[in-house]
Amino acid sequence: MATINTSVSAQTTSKGRLIDARGPRFSAALTTLVLALALVTHSGFLIAFQLAVFTIGGFVGPQKTPYAWIFKTLLKPRLTGEVPTEDVRPPQFAQKVGFVFAVAALAGSISHVSLLFTIATSFCLAAAFLNAAFNFCLGCEMYLLLVRLTNRSK
Amino acid sequence: MRTLAPLLIVLALASAYGVWYRRSRGRITAKKQPAGALTTIKSEEIGTELGSRVTLVQFSSAFCSPCRATRALLTDVVADLPDVVHVDIDAESHLELVRRLGIHSTPTTLILNKAGVEVGRAVGAPKRDQVISALASVK
Repeated sequence: MATINTSVSAQTTSKGRLIDARGPRFSAALTTLVLALALVTHSGFLIAFQLAVFTIGGFVGPQKTPYAWIFKTLLKPRLTGEVPTEDVRPPQFAQKVGFVFAVAALAGSISHVSLLFTIATSFCLAAAFLNAAFNFCLGCEMYLLLVRLTNRSK
Repeated sequence: MRTLAPLLIVLALASAYGVWYRRSRGRITAKKQPAGALTTIKSEEIGTELGSRVTLVQFSSAFCSPCRATRALLTDVVADLPDVVHVDIDAESHLELVRRLGIHSTPTTLILNKAGVEVGRAVGAPKRDQVISALASVK
């Protein structure tokens, strides 16, 4: 019969802008590479760099990061076929989560708390890898749980 | 200390989870309900009348890419079915219902029969042919 319309996914076009869905996936692959190197070499520099990328991705937009720029200038012109689009809000949410974990990892690196660095970098890497390899949607899995935990009284 | 061990552990665990994730997401599972423990949803809880045969209740959130695709698919599938209603609701603003139904992620789609009893659900974006056959099996 009909679809009844009370949802946020209906507001996508008005509230959330649509971007090329392949951009965040490519960015996740680069993020995986950088974080893997950071984890193996215990590099504070690499984590600081990735934190800068997450900061832009989470607070300006995932389509504004250096990784997105590489996608737009090097890859996108070579890709053919229909452009898959997605709402900008889910990848931006994932970048914000990445930002939180990268802050923890950098804190661990600066304070020489090796365990904090390893654990925070590992979670960040796992999420980026899942996104790149399995098209994992972090916002789908985490956001409602966060809301459920923080709104206990409702 | 440079070691590959943490990297290998993370990639192995994430891969195992990823395989499970891809297998489970979108799959429609029939709900076997013991008598007396039926999950029933009333029309006032979802803000619309139930379909005369089936109601598809989709829970969405703002930070969910497959919610859009699910919405488009279900809208399209129910368009030709006069006895099926699809309702797409914001999980965040229906937390009480979300808790009662045990919904943890979006999109989650419940299949209700004409009495509003849950007979199946799909976590993640379902496939078109599975939706069609699931709808056909509800009497």
